[in-house]
Amino acid sequence: MTEQSSFRLDGRPIPFKSGQTIMDAALAAGVYIPHLCHNPEFAPHGSCRICVVRANGREVSACTAPAALDMEVESESGSVRALRVAVLQMLFVEGNHVCPGCEKSGACQLQAVAYHCGMLDPHFKHVFPRRDLDASHPDVILDLNRCILCELCVRASRDHDRKRVFAISGRGIGSRLIVDSPSGRLGDSRFAITDKAAHVCPVGAILPRRAAYRVPIGERLYDREPIDTVGDVAAHEEA
Amino acid sequence: MPNPNPSAAQIATVVERSLARLGSGPDTVLQHLIALQQAFSFVPERGIELLVQSIDVTRAQVLAAVDFYAFLHLSPRGGYDIRFSDNITDRMLGNRQLLDDLCGRLGVEVGETRADQRVTVDLTSCTGMCDQAPAMLINGLAVTRLDEERIRHIAALVDTRVPLQHWPQEFFAVSNNVHRPGLLLRDLEARDAGLQSLLDRGADAMLAEIERAGLRGRGGAGFTTALKWRFCREAENPDKVVVCNADEGEPGTFKDRVLLTSYADLVLEGMTICAGVVGAREGFIYLRGEYLYLVEHLEAVLQRRREQGLLGRSIRGRAGFDFDIRIHLGAGAYICGEESALIESLEGKRGVTRKRPPFPVTEGYLERPTVVNNVETFLAAARIAEHGGYWFRSEGTDKSAGSKILSVSGDCARPGIYEVPFGTSVAQVLGDCGAEDTQAVQVSGAAGATLAEGEFERVLAFEDLPTAGSFMVFDRSRDLLDMVRNFADFFVHESCGFCTPCRVGGKLLRDLIEKVALGRASAHDLSEMRLIADVMRCASHCGLGHTAPNHVLNTLDKFPHIYMDRLRSAEYMPAFDLDSALAEARALTGRDDAAAHIPAEVEP
Repeated sequence: MTEQSSFRLDGRPIPFKSGQTIMDAALAAGVYIPHLCHNPEFAPHGSCRICVVRANGREVSACTAPAALDMEVESESGSVRALRVAVLQMLFVEGNHVCPGCEKSGACQLQAVAYHCGMLDPHFKHVFPRRDLDASHPDVILDLNRCILCELCVRASRDHDRKRVFAISGRGIGSRLIVDSPSGRLGDSRFAITDKAAHVCPVGAILPRRAAYRVPIGERLYDREPIDTVGDVAAHEEA
Repeated sequence: MPNPNPSAAQIATVVERSLARLGSGPDTVLQHLIALQQAFSFVPERGIELLVQSIDVTRAQVLAAVDFYAFLHLSPRGGYDIRFSDNITDRMLGNRQLLDDLCGRLGVEVGETRADQRVTVDLTSCTGMCDQAPAMLINGLAVTRLDEERIRHIAALVDTRVPLQHWPQEFFAVSNNVHRPGLLLRDLEARDAGLQSLLDRGADAMLAEIERAGLRGRGGAGFTTALKWRFCREAENPDKVVVCNADEGEPGTFKDRVLLTSYADLVLEGMTICAGVVGAREGFIYLRGEYLYLVEHLEAVLQRRREQGLLGRSIRGRAGFDFDIRIHLGAGAYICGEESALIESLEGKRGVTRKRPPFPVTEGYLERPTVVNNVETFLAAARIAEHGGYWFRSEGTDKSAGSKILSVSGDCARPGIYEVPFGTSVAQVLGDCGAEDTQAVQVSGAAGATLAEGEFERVLAFEDLPTAGSFMVFDRSRDLLDMVRNFADFFVHESCGFCTPCRVGGKLLRDLIEKVALGRASAHDLSEMRLIADVMRCASHCGLGHTAPNHVLNTLDKFPHIYMDRLRSAEYMPAFDLDSALAEARALTGRDDAAAHIPAEVEP
């Protein structure tokens, strides 16, 4: 019975097992739904809203919505794509994302998803927030200009590394990533380059040092293959 | 008065006392932080260290919580910490002039603490006193009916350092203003007959009675109460919890304040009945920080009920029927009225809404099955338990049984509480409260619907105009853009920041509304507002984001002139001022001569 369960994603049947989300089932079937805060190694989060799909006429995040029998899911329809592009544009204007000068360019999931979704401009008025760059750690640079508040590092440090190095502070547009240490700086925390949290950032907010241009721009993960075939950057060694 | 310069020993005493009272579970963190804030007017570093040593929580998690809740601070506030309620209904009654007047008299800027640490004057979201506005909180206590005379008096009391307990008691008087009692609020003698009925008839029969009544949640969403109780009752984990949502934060709502003031017994009886039905032993009242003044009263009622055998072990002598209730305070976060955010806050964390499933009825507070109901829902349940489901159904419509308690404020002769049968028209309520020359009504708060004159025959009911009870009236003298600006600011301030559309979209939307207000907007900006509103409505994580743009979309459709009359250009205007955009470059180059400016006439 469970073997036969399926729903339709843009008209295509996708099998699923009870308890799977739309995202789980789509990934298992090899169908890409753009996402940023989702990483199959961690509990679904649903905050970035990039994976918004329309399921039986209602918008939900694919990473948190349970798959259901015979559900009709739209992911690549014009209106869902437009919604997704607008959410992406909001993420771009909220932070300071300067792709040409960013050492993560080419292996950045935000950039790759934007290309995939056909986002051509930031559209909205830039917020240009003043955010800190924390270079206190010997092995990692923490550049909050690029943080998209996906909480993957928060989750990895808490659930995998058992260190709780990161937390989200503040609220609303003032939300920001903070570090658990007496000074608030990463160098004074228990964070280590070997932590899982050092290798899950989908953007260039947590950057390992001395690795910046090991792979030249033009030859990086998403320079070689589009994100809908190679998937998350965290699953590759370029993370 | 709080002590803004505490010694390490004083901080340790407060922390120890709070830990002794509430324990050291991670879920107690917020309550300890509130205790520190109340004692010292801020959360001192040493207090955070002690909490981190005693509780399984990190320093970053504590800082994150302090930064999330508007009533918690890392640096001392003034000895008199004043916050003016800044709902649109406060503004309509001139709160901003009173604010400026007080700031002028005290020599302090809005949002700042005077150098001598005597006083802070600030603004806060609606404090639930719209029927006796303008209102303020001073050291967390509500002061109502502000006017010039009262402001002068307050300034003098602050200047002469009169302790709050010696201030005129009438400043802190909060009236009920019940103008129209209905089904629930008539004949309100608390006799715990509903609770007795539960004991006589059993949980199954009681659940059937609630089901027969067709009771739906009174907090706005309208979920069937009996179904919620049944899901919780049937959840596997036997360790159930009952939570009363008294985080009445929707701008313009104040009926829960009245219910908790005068009918607390019925609310607690309803919670106890729910506990009996679902099998819960532990209950909470999550009380918004703005209602701090009610804590003493509620604790007294709780204590009396314990002594009467209506709470605690073996309720009314029934062996095994054990249930008690604790009060948890909020600390200035509208989002905590959403049930899953409320549960996060009960657990001591930032009030961020959870994903669903799982629903609170199966995995709520500390992953235990949890019923969260509104204050009014519990009161209605107690009345239904006493009088039966058919009694409740005798009023209302097929889909919306019973009555609704409304909080009416704004431009009307008699603001206050009106209990009306569901199915009552907006026009009827306007007539009752003495509203004249009404231009618009905002039903169900900032997140609700903006109604224009042609819609006043619509009815309050889940099937037409669902409402949590807020009913704000605007007459023709009002500029509705003031309302829109107020609500847009409110949602920027109250967005939890978890999801992108609400966090960023809310700010972008507010900035465009300000652009309109400044007379710098174009028709293009109005279509941008619709686009952003649509993204928020469709793609946000929770109800806050889904409903936050309602007032913008409603007014764009129904009151387009408030926007059109202010447009600078039919097509396009830049979002920034060209000359002021050069300010930083001028500062860096040390120039301020004419050539370093863009003359106004060059601007489009």
